[in-house]
Amino acid sequence: MLRLQGITKVFGGLIALEEVSFSVEDGTITGIIGPNGAGKTTLFNIVSGIYPQNSGNVYLGGKNISRFAPEKLARLGLVRTFQNVELFGQMTVLENVMVGLHTKSKSGILSCAFKLPGHIREEKYIRERGLQWLEFTGMVELAEVKAENLPFGKGRLLEIARALALEPRMILMDEPAAGLNSHETIGLAALIRRIRESGVTVVLVEHDMDLVMDVCDAIVVLNLGRKLAEGTPREIQENTAVITAYLGEG
Amino acid sequence: MEYSRQLIQYALSGLSNGAIYALIGFGFAIIYNATGIINFAQGEFVMLGGMLTLFFLTFMNMPLIPAAILAIAAATAVGITFERFAIRPLRKATPLNLVIITIGASILIRGVAMLIWGKDTHALPSFSGNDPLYLAGATLLPQHLWIFAITLVTIIASRLFFNYSIVGKAMRACSYNRRAASLVGIDVRKMVLLSFTISSAMGSMAGIIIAPLTMTSYDVGIMLGLKGFCAAIIGGMSSGIGMVIGGLLLGILESLGAGLVSASYKDAIAFIILLVILFVRPQGIFNTSETERV
Amino acid sequence: MTKGKKNLTTFLFFTIAVLMTPLFLAGNYLLNVLVFVGINTMLAIALNLLLGFAGQISLGHAAFFGLGAYISGILTTRYAVDPWFAMMLSAISVGGLAFIIGFPILKLKGHYLAMATLGFGIIMYIFFNETVDLTGGPSGMSGIPNLLVGPLIFDSDMKNYFLIWGFTLFIMLLSINLSDSRIGRALRSIHDSEVAARVMGVNVRLLKVQIFSISALISAIAGSLYAHTMTFVSPASFGFNFSIELVTMVIIGGLGSIYGSFLGAAILTMLPEFLRVFQDFDIVIYGLLLILMTMFMPGGLVSGIRWLASALSSGLRKEPD
Repeated sequence: MLRLQGITKVFGGLIALEEVSFSVEDGTITGIIGPNGAGKTTLFNIVSGIYPQNSGNVYLGGKNISRFAPEKLARLGLVRTFQNVELFGQMTVLENVMVGLHTKSKSGILSCAFKLPGHIREEKYIRERGLQWLEFTGMVELAEVKAENLPFGKGRLLEIARALALEPRMILMDEPAAGLNSHETIGLAALIRRIRESGVTVVLVEHDMDLVMDVCDAIVVLNLGRKLAEGTPREIQENTAVITAYLGEG
Repeated sequence: MEYSRQLIQYALSGLSNGAIYALIGFGFAIIYNATGIINFAQGEFVMLGGMLTLFFLTFMNMPLIPAAILAIAAATAVGITFERFAIRPLRKATPLNLVIITIGASILIRGVAMLIWGKDTHALPSFSGNDPLYLAGATLLPQHLWIFAITLVTIIASRLFFNYSIVGKAMRACSYNRRAASLVGIDVRKMVLLSFTISSAMGSMAGIIIAPLTMTSYDVGIMLGLKGFCAAIIGGMSSGIGMVIGGLLLGILESLGAGLVSASYKDAIAFIILLVILFVRPQGIFNTSETERV
Repeated sequence: MTKGKKNLTTFLFFTIAVLMTPLFLAGNYLLNVLVFVGINTMLAIALNLLLGFAGQISLGHAAFFGLGAYISGILTTRYAVDPWFAMMLSAISVGGLAFIIGFPILKLKGHYLAMATLGFGIIMYIFFNETVDLTGGPSGMSGIPNLLVGPLIFDSDMKNYFLIWGFTLFIMLLSINLSDSRIGRALRSIHDSEVAARVMGVNVRLLKVQIFSISALISAIAGSLYAHTMTFVSPASFGFNFSIELVTMVIIGGLGSIYGSFLGAAILTMLPEFLRVFQDFDIVIYGLLLILMTMFMPGGLVSGIRWLASALSSGLRKEPD
C-alpha cells in the first residue's frame, strides 16, 4: 500500500532522515517508533505532502506520490492527524467532521450561494454522514459544541473522526495517544482496531509502547534519521539494537 | 554632461531618502526579530519625531537640539506605553488579531496627532542652515549631510550594540529562539520592551532629520512607514548591512524612477517595488532562507 | 425549525424592515444616509467574506470600490456605454484583476499580506489621482448618468434607496447561503487551520483567490452603484482611510457575521452624521474601536448581542463559566 524508498531529508545542516525505506501492507496497523529526534514526524510530513524530501520516492498503491500536495493526496485517499491537534476551533464538532467530507462533495461557490438543488441535497448528505462518523467515534452528544471548547482527549478523537470522514485508504496518525490518560488510550486502541476492520490501513507514530505493542501488526524503528529495524512487535522487542537505542546510549 | 549631472542629483537625493528608509526599516526589523510582529505603528513614531520637535520648538521655545532630544524621548515613551498596553497583554492573540491591533494603534496615534496639531504641514528648520554645497556637479544641502552622518553613526552604533554588547547579544538570542533564550536566563519581556524602545527612538530620530527636507504633518507616518517596511523587506529583516543596502536601493530606485519616468508617481514606485519583492522574494535579497519546522 | 429555515425567516424580517423604512422617511435627509449605509453594507460584506470567513486581511479594499466606480464612470461618460453594461464590464474586469493578482498576493500571510494590500490600495489611489486625463484627477469626475430601467430613472433618494438595497439584500442572501455551506465551511477552515484544511482536501490556494476575486467583484459593483447614484466621484473617497473604515466596520460588526457587517456599516455611516464631534475624532475612534473590540469583544457586536440575549434568557439558571 505505502512504500518509502530511500527517503532523505536535510534541514540546513541537519540530516533529519537518511535513506529510509520500508513498506506498509494493505489493511494493517503499522507503528513507527524511535527515540525523540529520530525523524518520525518529519517522515509523516514528507509522506503527507507538507514538505518535500530531498531525495527518494514515496509510493501509494504503486503510484509515485512524491511531492504531491496535501489536497491532492486527500483525493487519493491519504489523510493524517497532527501531533498538535489542528482543529477548526471556531467551528462546531459536527462542522469539523463535515469539512472532512469536502472531497466527498462538490458544490461550488455558485451552487452554494444560490442554494441550488444539488447543493441542498449534498448538504443533507454531508450532515447525515457527519453525524454517522460522530457515532462511530462516540461523540454524537458533542455535535454542536465549539471545537475549541473540547477537552483535550475529545479533541484528538474529533481529529480522527474528521479524518475518517474523508473515507481514506490510509490514515497517518501522529502521536494520537499523546496527552491521553490510560482510560482514553484503551478507547483509542479499540478505535484504531475498528478502523482497521473497516478496511483502512493505519500508520501511527507513537511513544506509548504499550499501545504500540498491543495494536500494531508491524513496527518500524527509526533512530537518528535512519531505519534501525523492522518487524513484528515480538521481533522488535527482542531486537538488541533497538533496546540499545532506547536505553543504552551515551 | 547635463544628463549625468542630473543622474547624480537623483542618486544623491535617493541616497539620502534611502538612508531614512533604512533607519525606519531598522525599527521594523528590530521589533520583528524580537517578537515576530510587524509593528504597523512604526511609521507613526517617525511622524511623532518631527511633530513633537516642532511642538517643543514653537510652543515651548526650545532650541533645536534639546527639542529634538526631548521629542525622541517623548516618542520613545509612547513606544514603551504601546508595548506595555497593546503588545504585552496580547501574547495569546491570533496573528490576525495582532495585525488588527497594531493597525488600530497606529491609527490611534495618528488620530491623536491630528487632534492636537491639526492637518497642516509644517517645516522644521534645518540643523545647520540652507546654503547649498556642490559635490560632483550636484547640489547638496547641509541637511543631506546630517542625514548621512547620523544614519552612519546609528548603523555603526547598532552593529556594535548587537554584536559586542551583552544586551545586544541577548536580544539576538531572543530573535533566534525565545524559549531557549528564556531558559538561559534572558528576560524575554525586557528584551521585547527594549526592542520597542530602540525602534521608536530610531524611528523618531529618522523623522526629525528628514522633516526639514520633506515637511511633516500628522499623516506622514503612513508613507514613510510603508517605505521603511519595503526597505526592511528588501533587506531581509536583518539588523545589519542588508538593511542599509535595502534602504539605499529603494531610495535610489524611487528617485531615479521619479526623475526619469514621472515625478507624480514617485510614491507609487516604492510600493510597486514593495509588491514585486513580496511576490517574488519575500525573504528579501540578502537573507538566506530559513527552514521551518512543523 | 431547521437552521436553514431560521436563517430564511430572519432574512425575511430584515428585508421587510429594510423595505418598509422609507415609507416613514419620505423626503427626510436620513434616507440619503441610508443609501450610503446600503453601499457600505455591501462593501463590508464583501470584505467580510475575505477577512471574516477566510481570515485574509486586506487593507486596500477601497481600491476595488474605486476601480468599479471609475470604470463605470469612464465608460458611461466618455464612451456612452449603457450603464448596466458598463457595471457588468467593470465588475468582471475588477474581479478578473483581483483573480490575477490574488495568486501572488495571497501567498503572503499576516502582516505581509496587510502591507501588500495596503501598498496596492495606495498605488491605485495615486493612479486615480494622477491620471487626470482619464479620471479627472483630484477634482474628480462628474456628469455620471443615473441608472435607468425603461422609463424609470434612479435620480432621487427614494429610488436610489430601493436600487441600492435591492442589490445589497441580494448580496446578503447569497452570503448567508454561502456561510452555512460546504464552501463556507471550507473558507472558515482556512481561517482556523490552513494546513488541516489542505489535508482535508480543500484547495486552499484556489479558494482564497476565488473569494478574493468575488470580494473585489462585489466591491466593484458597489462602486458602480455609488458612481451612478452620486453622479460624481473623486479619489478622496477611495483612499487608505476608507479601507481602514471598512475593516473597522467588519470588526465591530463581527468577523464572519453578515448581519454584523450591516451593523458595523450602519454605525460607522450614521454616527458621523449625528455626532459632529465624531467627525473630528473619527480617526481616533476607529483606532480605539479596532483595539478594544479585538481585545475584548473579538466576535464583534453580534457576539455581544448574542451573549446579552443568552445572559438575559438564562437569568436564573446557573451557568458554568
